[in-house]
Amino acid sequence: MIYPIFPSAVAVFLFFVAIVLGISFYLGTKAKSSKGYFAAHGQIHWFVNGIAFGGDYLSAASFLGICGMIAFYGYDGFLYSIGYLAGWIVALFVIAEPLKRLGRFTFADALDRRFDSRGIKLSAAISTLLVSLFYLIPQMVGAGALIKPLLGLPHVVGVLIVGVVVIVIVVTAGMVSTTWVQFIKGSLLVIFCTILTGMLLGRGLSVNATGEKQVVVVAKDGKTLVNGVPQGHGAGEADLVPFGRVKKLPGGATATGPLGPIAYLRTLEDSEIEMWSATKSKLPDGSDVTTYTPKIVKGRDLLVPGGSPTFKGVRSPKLTDKLDFLSLMLALFCGTASLPHILIRYYTVKDQAAARKSTVVGIAAIGFFYILTLFLGLGAMTSGVLDPTNNNMAAPLLARAFGQFLFAVISAIAFTTVLGTVSGLIMAASGAVAHDLLTNVMKLDLGDKGQVFAAKVTAVIVGAIAMVLGVVFQKMNVSFLVGWAFNVAASANLPALVMLLFWKRTTKQGITASIIVGLVSSLVWLLLSAPAYRDVYGLDPAKALVPFSQPGIVTIPLSFVVLVIVSLITPKPVPVTAVQAADH
Amino acid sequence: MNADKSSDGPAGDDAGVPGLTHSARLGLFLFAIYLILYGGFVGLNAFAPQKMGEPIESLGGINIAIAYGIGLIVAALVLAVIYMLLCRGEGESQEAGQ
Repeated sequence: MIYPIFPSAVAVFLFFVAIVLGISFYLGTKAKSSKGYFAAHGQIHWFVNGIAFGGDYLSAASFLGICGMIAFYGYDGFLYSIGYLAGWIVALFVIAEPLKRLGRFTFADALDRRFDSRGIKLSAAISTLLVSLFYLIPQMVGAGALIKPLLGLPHVVGVLIVGVVVIVIVVTAGMVSTTWVQFIKGSLLVIFCTILTGMLLGRGLSVNATGEKQVVVVAKDGKTLVNGVPQGHGAGEADLVPFGRVKKLPGGATATGPLGPIAYLRTLEDSEIEMWSATKSKLPDGSDVTTYTPKIVKGRDLLVPGGSPTFKGVRSPKLTDKLDFLSLMLALFCGTASLPHILIRYYTVKDQAAARKSTVVGIAAIGFFYILTLFLGLGAMTSGVLDPTNNNMAAPLLARAFGQFLFAVISAIAFTTVLGTVSGLIMAASGAVAHDLLTNVMKLDLGDKGQVFAAKVTAVIVGAIAMVLGVVFQKMNVSFLVGWAFNVAASANLPALVMLLFWKRTTKQGITASIIVGLVSSLVWLLLSAPAYRDVYGLDPAKALVPFSQPGIVTIPLSFVVLVIVSLITPKPVPVTAVQAADH
Repeated sequence: MNADKSSDGPAGDDAGVPGLTHSARLGLFLFAIYLILYGGFVGLNAFAPQKMGEPIESLGGINIAIAYGIGLIVAALVLAVIYMLLCRGEGESQEAGQ
């Protein structure tokens, strides 16, 4: 679909960016030392840090990807919400306090506290860098996906805008400005999604005339025909009519009026919804034809697992078909507490009690938001707004059903969402290079200012790489890519963190080997999987070399096993008490 | 990094030895509870997806999939708040922390 451009959306977005940059420049004058740059002086209030956790974590994938997946396939998108939130339990109950106690600026600090090993620092830094880069891909793809409907600019421009604005934010004031950007974004996201959900429930559900079959032909030269005429909004042109309506309400009603949250879900279960099916074919001249045919689905069939291509395996009787789902749910559970940009946020508060309290605030904000995504996704499904060619746009399009202003605000927030998460990721990567690699592994004596300068240079370089990746991977669904990043993070980092905390026999060689094996095995697996074949290399997905696409269920245990075996065959670590005696 | 060590936590920390503190034990206990809840959810989805569509009349008729899913989110928050309340005061920075 071609979206009309709303100047108000552009204005609201520019307003947000101006505020965010203004704050960055103001705070930039205060953050000169390395402790200021990497950890915001360790002085962020726990409540602000908690909301910033939300701003850091609720990425474009959470907002756009999950809403889109629920709107298109129903319940399956909510499975991501549940997995993402469950990961915070690992972060709070297992990782948060020891990590805060042991580290200074980065996750490598904490891992290495007992050992002072270059191998650990090096492998942890590489893992941080790669995981951050991997997680940056979906964020940048999300930025590109948004810019088109929002400002009418091509994908690559969206990627460039986000890249440049974030580099400016990070370079001016490091973790201080990053924290405030994330705080503002986290608050806005929760507040406006609450408002939108309130309006949705206030409107209730109503029956709408159903759509008709539509045919889209994309010729080899890129020209697009919709139902036989050129795509557009002018005379003699046509565009796709949106899908997703209520076809029949329970009891034959035409409109429900305002509904409570439970009644909304219950009514939807008992209704019939008009979705669509898409079939693709090719014309002799090489044009691609997609036919969208309306299909009526029972609401109750949309509110159970297995409706999406991603998770259809759960309905299969074969165990191997279910492995993708099990593996992803494991990776989401283990991944949150292994994400470097989340872990560094534990160093911005003053003590373990503050780390604990801010995690609880984060869980409250994030959990509440994920419940809202369920309503927003289902609301988009039933409001006659869905663009069948782009599932990342469901949430902004739903907002448009409630007026142009809300559309402008939600679109601008979605864009700001990308800024917040990308800033955190680039911070994590720049800390890994400047603090871990240059200062601690290569033992360069940069001094405090030199370390900050090196971090800023890294931020620029990582930002530039992220922009390139955002263009290369533009065809992939952002939720799916984020799922992959969780797999890599969990495989590389979690076994090392957990075993260090709970197994005395863990050695430095064991930690190093576990990080490297987890990182390499999960990355290689992903690069050999069917979706990578199809969407990245353009090859036949049936020829992929691995049996399912989510590696976590294999590579997380593998990384644990490697740690245990290598630790057992290497010399016992020096008893901790001796290390402490030497320290104090 | 040895020089920094005394500056970021109360002295005499166990530097990551298996969880001996009150908060670590409690954390593991609450973690185990959640793990069972989450495991049950994932298992139901994977091995009995049809079961997830059954309505629960006592919850206004919403199905098990929705109720269990929202329940997991609420349970995470409840356990987190319990943890925070029971650990109150532990791990506050003393003068050494700053």
